[in-house]
Amino acid sequence: MTRPLLQTGNARAASLKDVPLYDIGTFRETVLENDREGGRIVSFFGCVPEGEGQVRLFAVLSRHREGVFFILSSDVKGSYRSLTPDCPQAHLFEREIYEEWGIVPEGHPWLKPVRFAPRRRKDGPEIEAGIMDFFRMKGEEAHEVAVGPVHAGVIEPGHFRFQCHGEDVFNLEISLGYQHRGVERAMVEYPGKRRIHYAETLAGDTTIGHATAYCHAVEGLSGCNVPARAQALRGVMLELERLANHAGDLGALSGDVAYLPTSSYCGRIRGDILNITALVCGSRFGRGMLTCGGVRFDVDDVMRQELLERLDRVMSDLKCAADLLWETPSVVDRFEGTGVVDKKMCEELGLVGPAARACGIPRDVRSDLPSGIYRFSQIPVFTCESGDVFARAYVRWMETQKSADFIKEQTEGLPSGAVIAGEGTRLLPGSIVVSAVEGWRGEICHVAMTGVDGELARYKVVDPSFHNWMGLAVAMRGGEISDFPLCNKSFNLSYCGHDL
Amino acid sequence: MIKVILARIKQGYRTSAFPKEEPVLAERFRGLPVLREGMLPEESEERAIACPTGAIGKGPGGASIDLGKCLFCGGCAASPGGAVNFTKDYRLAALSREDLICRPGEAYKLAESAGKEIKRTFGRSLKLRQVSAGGCNACEADLNVLNTLAFDLGRFGIQFVASPRHADGLLVTGPVTRNMRLALKKTYDAMPSPKVVIASGTCAISGGPYIGHEEVIGGVDKELPVDIYIPGCPPHPYTVLDGLLRFLGRR
Repeated sequence: MTRPLLQTGNARAASLKDVPLYDIGTFRETVLENDREGGRIVSFFGCVPEGEGQVRLFAVLSRHREGVFFILSSDVKGSYRSLTPDCPQAHLFEREIYEEWGIVPEGHPWLKPVRFAPRRRKDGPEIEAGIMDFFRMKGEEAHEVAVGPVHAGVIEPGHFRFQCHGEDVFNLEISLGYQHRGVERAMVEYPGKRRIHYAETLAGDTTIGHATAYCHAVEGLSGCNVPARAQALRGVMLELERLANHAGDLGALSGDVAYLPTSSYCGRIRGDILNITALVCGSRFGRGMLTCGGVRFDVDDVMRQELLERLDRVMSDLKCAADLLWETPSVVDRFEGTGVVDKKMCEELGLVGPAARACGIPRDVRSDLPSGIYRFSQIPVFTCESGDVFARAYVRWMETQKSADFIKEQTEGLPSGAVIAGEGTRLLPGSIVVSAVEGWRGEICHVAMTGVDGELARYKVVDPSFHNWMGLAVAMRGGEISDFPLCNKSFNLSYCGHDL
Repeated sequence: MIKVILARIKQGYRTSAFPKEEPVLAERFRGLPVLREGMLPEESEERAIACPTGAIGKGPGGASIDLGKCLFCGGCAASPGGAVNFTKDYRLAALSREDLICRPGEAYKLAESAGKEIKRTFGRSLKLRQVSAGGCNACEADLNVLNTLAFDLGRFGIQFVASPRHADGLLVTGPVTRNMRLALKKTYDAMPSPKVVIASGTCAISGGPYIGHEEVIGGVDKELPVDIYIPGCPPHPYTVLDGLLRFLGRR
């Protein structure tokens, strides 16, 4: 890139003073240039710096095979020229900035509420969840199907609007925000003792992923050295989380095409993996495992043996259950060609995680911007080219095997020593840190900033679902309405991670 | 086809013998907490300050833990002295908000049958509509587990149904966000009477980690009459199952 930007490694603190401040035109051009060259927007948000009255925009960018984040900022008053028409991956970030701060991105094609949140500056109108202008289709036999916020199953709330002609879906619009509980704001405003619990409940099925991102951010800001054993254990727990969720997804995908053997087995297998997590820390979701500076539970030799034995049994059962899927023509036929997202669209929307890897893009924080244990121990990245439900399912299956190998390797070769750092976690004042972790859904990004007093001044969370919900909407175009459950499950996105 | 049959043989019969046999939970599982009798005021004070949700009280009757607010993080049990200990007892459901408060030396008041009328009406068939009213999806994930063959909820005559019109009970998770308040109310109104309301998980009981946030109402009982409270963050599937069976007078 032509202009100087702050370059910083994953979970490495930098001084806020070193973030270049550009005028909005240059800021815009720099972000667009990065996009044209195949880069990504990792995070893009506003905040009001201490002692200043106006909103400052921060963008965190990344580029393939460059192991650093690029950060830049710009002050903005009232409105600016929207990035979205030239750079679609900015679309939801700009809507979010508009909702939070009332800053208008002029020319945004889709300027609608993101989570129906109260505005940070209390000058906006009261809004009721779900009340907005939906895209509508007109014409003979065109009809609309509305689903949610309360769904038929035991799942989170969200509203889906389909524009259909017969069974054919022309457009799906997704309206979320029902789970909004104000976590980002509370991270800064509420007592620090709650923060780890906020991180653990950003998305409950990604407890370890988000807690790791939070701990890395705090440890980066405090210069705390996490013992090697703790880092290995965090990696083991993160991969167990991936394993459990991927196994569950394979079962659920199977259920959605009415193939019951795999669906039944995987439902139980997922539970067995959650119980391995509980073996280590007492909670099936990994609650209480992480703390800033290390982990709260160590693994002794007896437990290590038990963990490895259970893992072997689970993987043998999982292989048996998953192989049935790939060998059953009716399943493969239903998976193939359903919900296709092509590579170009995937790049434009900035999708992450298995959804991106299923489109042939080798995007994975564990290898692109490794932190923690992944700096020393690599996990191979697996991709598929077809971008359909089959690809998203098969990528998951391949990843479960890689995760299991990793867990085995790490557990067998656990470094000796303490599991928690002795030093405190006092934060450096006037700093910024970007902490990214490859959760099972994809890239989790936490950005933390401190004020001159060394207290948190801004905490920004981007869950992988934030990038990927639009991917689901696009995957449905041209499909049939009966494909929706299958497509939806193949993405399996988080509502609460999006709604915060 | 032969592969399907071979897989079936390999995977075996895996449904638990619950409730005939007690479940085996992880050694480190944090269930019902016990407070040491004669806990010193400074011990409860210290833990009350450290508790993230204010679950630990030091009122006139001495120290207490409110399971309606407890996240079961185990922070209070980690500090030395053994003033608080989490046992492996997974049975936690209670019929009233007051019963969720644990005190030293007092037995925890577990839910009992909600009465003959409930048992006669719902004892053999309880259809539940679930509403996720905020929260983090962990409660929902571990409720879904009840439908797997390991628990096989259907064998108890309990089932999650797709419409409030088909439901006898409303099982709510989450702190009730402002954005879900209306949908929750509409779901409740759409259910035929008699109907029961179950608050499952710490969020649904008190707001959990989100206590005090302006974005949430902070508990189902601020909106609807709650018949049974199931603590946990999230509750273990056996905690939920035990609670439901107790309520129906079947445990």
